[in-house]
Amino acid sequence: MSIISDVIESTKAIIKGMGVTLSYIPKEKWTVEYPDEPVTMQPRYRGQHLLHVDELGREKCVACFLCAAACPSECIYIIAADDPRPAEERTGVEERYARVYNIDYGRCIFCGYCVEACPKDAITHGYNFELSVYSRADLLKTKDDLLITKQLQSPNYRVAYSDEDVNSEYKEV
Amino acid sequence: MSTTLPPYEVIDQPLDTQMTISFGPQHPSTHGVLRLEMVLDGEMIVRAIPDIGYLHTGMEKLFEYKKWQQGIVITDRMDYLNPLGNNLAYVMAIEKLLGLEIPERAQVIRVMMCELQRIASHMVWLGTHALDIGAMTVFFYAFREREKIMNLIEACSGGRLTPSYFRVGGLMMDLPAGFERRVKQFTDAFPKALDEFHTLVSGNTIFQSRTKGVGYISTEDAIDWGLTGPCLRGSGVKIDVRLTNPYTGYETYDFEIPVETGCDVWARYMVRMRELRESLKIVEQALARLRPGPVKADAPKVVLPEREAMKTHMDALIHHFLIITEGFNVPAGEVYHPIEGSKGELGCYIKSDGGAKPARVHVRGPSFVNLSALPIMAEGEMVADVVAIIGSLDIVLGEIDR
Repeated sequence: MSIISDVIESTKAIIKGMGVTLSYIPKEKWTVEYPDEPVTMQPRYRGQHLLHVDELGREKCVACFLCAAACPSECIYIIAADDPRPAEERTGVEERYARVYNIDYGRCIFCGYCVEACPKDAITHGYNFELSVYSRADLLKTKDDLLITKQLQSPNYRVAYSDEDVNSEYKEV
Repeated sequence: MSTTLPPYEVIDQPLDTQMTISFGPQHPSTHGVLRLEMVLDGEMIVRAIPDIGYLHTGMEKLFEYKKWQQGIVITDRMDYLNPLGNNLAYVMAIEKLLGLEIPERAQVIRVMMCELQRIASHMVWLGTHALDIGAMTVFFYAFREREKIMNLIEACSGGRLTPSYFRVGGLMMDLPAGFERRVKQFTDAFPKALDEFHTLVSGNTIFQSRTKGVGYISTEDAIDWGLTGPCLRGSGVKIDVRLTNPYTGYETYDFEIPVETGCDVWARYMVRMRELRESLKIVEQALARLRPGPVKADAPKVVLPEREAMKTHMDALIHHFLIITEGFNVPAGEVYHPIEGSKGELGCYIKSDGGAKPARVHVRGPSFVNLSALPIMAEGEMVADVVAIIGSLDIVLGEIDR
């Protein structure tokens, strides 16, 4: 007798659970089919860094080493140099600029301390999260990879507006 | 009386009834890289000894080589399901030594984010715990709810699993525009999801018979083994750091501490499920209390200045440079600060010698202490019940091994 009631109870539980599952079938999907559909990032998302330039295309970085000092994982490597040319032809905004600016993405932990430290707004976190490479050496990104003028926007993500709903990529259920 | 374990003896008779097998470390039900050395008699467990250390990263030593503010990012990676709670324990211990006064708004935001994080952590626990036992559906809905909270945390801090949102003396930055509305959206929708979980899991006879009476630990044993959090409250002891030793103004919030007296997996399950509603209540209260104001303490030698001030004022720029390059000095002394993490009492013990780096940081991880009671709970149970017991402990190996 108890076996029969056990079977009945278990079947009831399964039917109840299936009821919840089936009730979701007509509703809109919650998942994003990455990479066919873009992922929505929040405005403050911390992705691959961007090195910024001013309106004349000169690098904003003045090689003050604050980002390297703030970095908990010591992944930023800078060599500073002086550029004696006149202001319009210079590589950087100021005379002093970073001749080498490397970030080792094998070490970077995306904490955002470098961005907080930068007094010139020269480095910010971008939104690129697709950083996988086939060789470890490729994780070392140089200035050529990091400058905002050299980075391409990937079609795989979009950035939400600052006042947009968090769940905007989902439909209401 | 506390149960003392008999000394462990190696069974060296392969054809005898007893058999020693290794459970994990690659077993998905161990929630990471936990290895159990199980002595079995048929299907019954004679002994189950946890073997930890597969995820050891030397975090406590690493603290000693980082400046005070750089240690926050390490705490994110200990209990990676409850990073904001870890941030809070570490940051509040330092603030205790510094004697900093935290502005009201920062405190309210800290409470709100911590409770949201607790819900997110419990969602992972619920999904994986039910999945271990065989109820797969709830996993997807639990992770959907967690995803909403992850989006909220991402919106305010920029990181999903590693927010580092709490800083010494306040917050990283203020909440983004429209954040209150988004939290409201979540708190409005969450009770419905919670009812769904109760339909799917709590009302399920299969789940009940898998959990009721399994993993028994008596109240005395639970106290003796130093259990905290939902595991202790599942054994009928009403101890919660938010109640017994309030911090960041928890004493002013109206919430209950759920206690169950079943002492088994089911009781611990019910404690956590009821805790979700209480956390939701706290989030709603904190949301109602949010008033405009500063989110950083008035301590120019410790807290980074606002960016506008840093660009326009010379003294702010000097402080900015000094804090980042040299760090700030914390007065010499020792301090222990416990908070109620999602898994139990999460304490941070800090020793300072007056410099810019800690002399010693020790973390009392709730998962580590709770796991030590696993042999008591698993003794005499079936092999299949071990995954239910591990699930009910809600361990995170990143915190156990540190």
